[in-house]
Amino acid sequence: MSRLKIETPDQAQLTVERLYKDLERHIIASPPGLCPVDLQLSFLKVCHAQTCGKCTPCRVGLGQLQKLLESILDGKASMKTLELIESTAKNIMDSADCAIGYEAAHMVLAGMEGFKDDYIHHIKTSKCNSRIHNSIPCVALCPAQVDIPGYIALVGEGRYADAVKLIRKDNPFPTACALICEHPCEARCRRNMIDAAINIRGLKRMAVDNAPANTVPVPEKAEATGKRIAIIGGGPSGLSAAYYLELMGHHAVVFESKSRLGGMLRYGIPSYRFPRERLDQDIEAILSTGVEVHLNSKIGNGEGEIPFDKLREEYDAVYIAIGAHEDKKVGIEGEDSKGVISAVEMLRSIGEDQMPDFKDKNVVVIGGGNVAMDCTRSSIRLGAKKVTIAYRRRQDDMTALPEEIEGAIAEGAELYELKAPHKIEADENGSVTALWAEPQIIGPIDAWGRARPIRADLPLERIPCDVIVVAIGQGVELRPFEEAGVKVKRGSIAALETGELADSSGVFAGGDCVTGPATVIRAIAAGKVAAANIDDYLGFDHVISCDVEIPPVELADKEPCGRIQMKEKEAGERKTNFEEFECGMTVQEACQEAGRCLRCDKFGLSSLKGGRTFTW
Amino acid sequence: MVNLTIDGKKVTAPKGATIMQAADAVGIRIPRLCYLEGINEISACKVCVVEVQGKPKLVTACSTPVQEGIVVYTNSPKVRAVRRTNVELILSQHDCLCATCIRSGNCSLQTLANDLGIFELPYEKDIVDIPWDKDFPLIRDSKKCIKCMRCIQICDKVQGLNIWDLVNTGGRTTVDVAQKFPNIAQSDCSLCGQCITHCPVGALKERNDVPKIFEVLANPDKVTVVQVAPAVRTAWGEALGLPKEQFTEGMMVAALKQIGFDYVFDTSFAADVTIMEEGSELLERLAEADKHPWPMFTSCCPGWVSYVSKKYPAFLPNLSSTKSPQQIFGALTKTYFAQQKGIDAKDICSISIMPCVSKKREAALFSMRSSGVPDVDIVLTTRELARLIKAEHINIATLESMEFDSPLGSSTGAAVIFGATGGVMEAALRTAYAVVEGKEAPLNAFVDVRGDAERREANFQLGDRVVRTCTVSGLGNAGRLMDDIKAGKVAYDFVEVMACPGGCVGGGGQPIHDGQELACSRGAKLYDLDEKRTLRQSHNNPDVQEVYTNFLENPLSHLAEELLHSNHVKEKNYK
Repeated sequence: MSRLKIETPDQAQLTVERLYKDLERHIIASPPGLCPVDLQLSFLKVCHAQTCGKCTPCRVGLGQLQKLLESILDGKASMKTLELIESTAKNIMDSADCAIGYEAAHMVLAGMEGFKDDYIHHIKTSKCNSRIHNSIPCVALCPAQVDIPGYIALVGEGRYADAVKLIRKDNPFPTACALICEHPCEARCRRNMIDAAINIRGLKRMAVDNAPANTVPVPEKAEATGKRIAIIGGGPSGLSAAYYLELMGHHAVVFESKSRLGGMLRYGIPSYRFPRERLDQDIEAILSTGVEVHLNSKIGNGEGEIPFDKLREEYDAVYIAIGAHEDKKVGIEGEDSKGVISAVEMLRSIGEDQMPDFKDKNVVVIGGGNVAMDCTRSSIRLGAKKVTIAYRRRQDDMTALPEEIEGAIAEGAELYELKAPHKIEADENGSVTALWAEPQIIGPIDAWGRARPIRADLPLERIPCDVIVVAIGQGVELRPFEEAGVKVKRGSIAALETGELADSSGVFAGGDCVTGPATVIRAIAAGKVAAANIDDYLGFDHVISCDVEIPPVELADKEPCGRIQMKEKEAGERKTNFEEFECGMTVQEACQEAGRCLRCDKFGLSSLKGGRTFTW
Repeated sequence: MVNLTIDGKKVTAPKGATIMQAADAVGIRIPRLCYLEGINEISACKVCVVEVQGKPKLVTACSTPVQEGIVVYTNSPKVRAVRRTNVELILSQHDCLCATCIRSGNCSLQTLANDLGIFELPYEKDIVDIPWDKDFPLIRDSKKCIKCMRCIQICDKVQGLNIWDLVNTGGRTTVDVAQKFPNIAQSDCSLCGQCITHCPVGALKERNDVPKIFEVLANPDKVTVVQVAPAVRTAWGEALGLPKEQFTEGMMVAALKQIGFDYVFDTSFAADVTIMEEGSELLERLAEADKHPWPMFTSCCPGWVSYVSKKYPAFLPNLSSTKSPQQIFGALTKTYFAQQKGIDAKDICSISIMPCVSKKREAALFSMRSSGVPDVDIVLTTRELARLIKAEHINIATLESMEFDSPLGSSTGAAVIFGATGGVMEAALRTAYAVVEGKEAPLNAFVDVRGDAERREANFQLGDRVVRTCTVSGLGNAGRLMDDIKAGKVAYDFVEVMACPGGCVGGGGQPIHDGQELACSRGAKLYDLDEKRTLRQSHNNPDVQEVYTNFLENPLSHLAEELLHSNHVKEKNYK
């Protein structure tokens, strides 16, 4: 007789483990626009299946909650039902003795708070409040609503120039987005249900690598309207608006405060991620529509500056797209020391080809976002002896993309987690000698689900260094606009969803200066929205379209198949220079990857509702 | 061209054709349910699944294009099993009380289930019952709905009204009135009935007014006066499965007489009166062009009038004030005819048989009581007429053809073509020409307004001026036309609109043939009747002339205005 045995999972358990993974992927690919109450019920069912059955509140209560939710979904409930759900869930939360019960009840209560309107709508109308505007998941999640399945199919057929044309219908920066878009489109790709999301950005890159944007002619312009629109800021948002306005037959005049166009694409993103000549390809195509550009032209009331009111008087409409280029300070002792530099300042001078001298220096970068990673990796390329990232929270809590963090570490950056800046130490000349950091431990989780750091019971730590780069966010330079009466809200320009300013007709704003620092695709989308609404405002209804025919769906099998990842130059080679390190796909890779697309533009709801939009 | 094999047969199909089209072309009919050519090709029901050799998953024939060399099986064991399961699943959500269903015998699901030999259901019934306003002329029975989405599509794509929409998500997804409307009665629904005629099952139907007929037939104090619209005679026998030679105008009159109606008249008579009024109105407006908004629109179609009142209310004054033939007929029945026969209008039950559901609403409007009581009491659709004939177990083969009664039974060819798109325009122009020129227009002078082009624009010389006309049918086409008129992109003097594609012959009250559009062939019957009529211009109808001589005096007289015209205000009542 044996007293003990080694526990090994049986066939059933192994299968369940695999199904958990399947379900996880299903949840990842959950399309937007579902009924939150119906989902709540499904979550509750899963939670109830986990119940061990010992305690009343969990065993019985979670079941009763399901019945109550079902009565709401079946249109048989009243407002009293809602009260009963709430009190029952509270009581389960207060009395269940393990997390299976109280966390399930907590989810119900969170839903009650987060989408009570949906519950009430069900009770009052017996119908669901949810709305599906676009039923193609990738398109729905792309801020500019680019026709993704369309261009994937074109790339699959090797029709690269057509793909560029199709992208341009909604986004005049195909190259920028091919190289550096954060690809929100991939997040809920239905392909996740089978294996993994399509590498959408990689396929877009395939298009622009094979049909450079400046070699693909822009569409024909509409007849000239004689209207002139002033665009303040020559970044992605301003240039997108300018491009579409020109196509509509208006004349766009861009005022750029710096010496070159591109905004953060040039002055924020290092060239190893986005080579300047690639940016110039997009800009060249945009300018080929006839956009008029005034460089080194700052808006303001200072000397040599153009007053905002003058633009309003002289132009039929104005679009403010100035971005967020102002530094944010940490606010600690010694911040004015020599060698302390802001991320904006550092990346701007790199953008102007004036490389900071970091050779053999110890550099500390404060921050955990993508900009902090850009500064880190640029510092390495500038020849720094050692580059350290000091961050208040843990690596997991960083807002930078995981591949950026991993890339930085691979290139030799040190990551000091849980180090909050305390003060900056300088020598007698006022030059930085060290960053003093307060060690932290990770603490309670806040309402947004982020763990907050708290001070550790440990002494301050000294991190010796010669340069400190502060990369903790950017602000908007609002002063000249505030002075001209433009309303601001929480450090940004207060614009409506339509891009209009509530109380000054003919003035529109969008991009980072409205949203705060965000992604390039959101800035492009804002430019597109502004162009459409400026056209409306001027009394026109020009239509932007694309005459590229989209390939029909092939009778392909959708067998599971791995996702093609982008290859990078190896760290040791790439860290020595500012040359681009990402490599494009081969034709073989691109064809296979494009073939993985499930064509949600044809299959699923989009053949009935919320499918392809051919024009806007 | 693409070569493929279907069920062992070598087939050639044009590039881009679907497997279903390729199979249809060689006489292989793949079972289908939700598919509606050009309108609903969403492969939702998964009944038309077929197997492509070498492919593990089945594909839907309705939405899969042919490819070179593929070998297709439309009835392999796998296809048979999958198709059967899908029909069984659909049936599990369908109220299968076929015996009491209006579409029994003409139901695509019933036929399909029978053909597949499904006589037992393995699944538990899961039927959704959404309450509905049973007084509304259009009835939706959620228990019968199979979510094929055709109603949504026809309303969105063809009629442009967007009345139906998906509601709820997940397993509770169903079809209902779009959430932007509080309910069907307060929606933009024009009651064109196209969703009914394109529903494959009995989920959508007209309000059944046949019982009211039995009630009135049983009442000896009531004099029943029936009018039959032009388009009805082209289609009434379809629903009875009659051979063409039997369903004539004369047999229809005989059947109505057999049922026991006292007088059987022809709405075409009133159509001739409509032309006298509307034609005169057009000439009067043209004479004082600056006093009127342009263009002038026809107003015979209540679906169109309702559409204008809801979607383009600013254009209500552009509608001809002349009532529709149904209402002119009703008004004359309860005044002129009542006087002639010495019957109290209250003792007359005025019944109309129409190819239309919207006429049920029109008859109930407060503005349609110029005789002091409702001018039309009961409106039946063509389908209800067929059901009435069946209920009375009338054997058409034993009947002798009969003429319409006099005096409201005579009509000209101009009136008969009212039932087809362009007919009202052509009839009006025939009379207007004669009035202005003092002679009849040459035959076929106005045929340019006929046809199935989306927008038929034609200019005609009328005296010293050119009248610019435009004719459209289908409310989607009408909406695009209205937008262009509103934007000043086009300008006309006279515009004819009918809500249903092809005009009344394609009306929402006509017999249903799943997958077939019969407006064109039915319209051809009307043009054939027109050619055979000796009188082809409304003003030459002697009985119409008599109404004016003895009663109305002349078109647009005070009495004519009172009885035969309306200002088409938006009304809330709908029953």
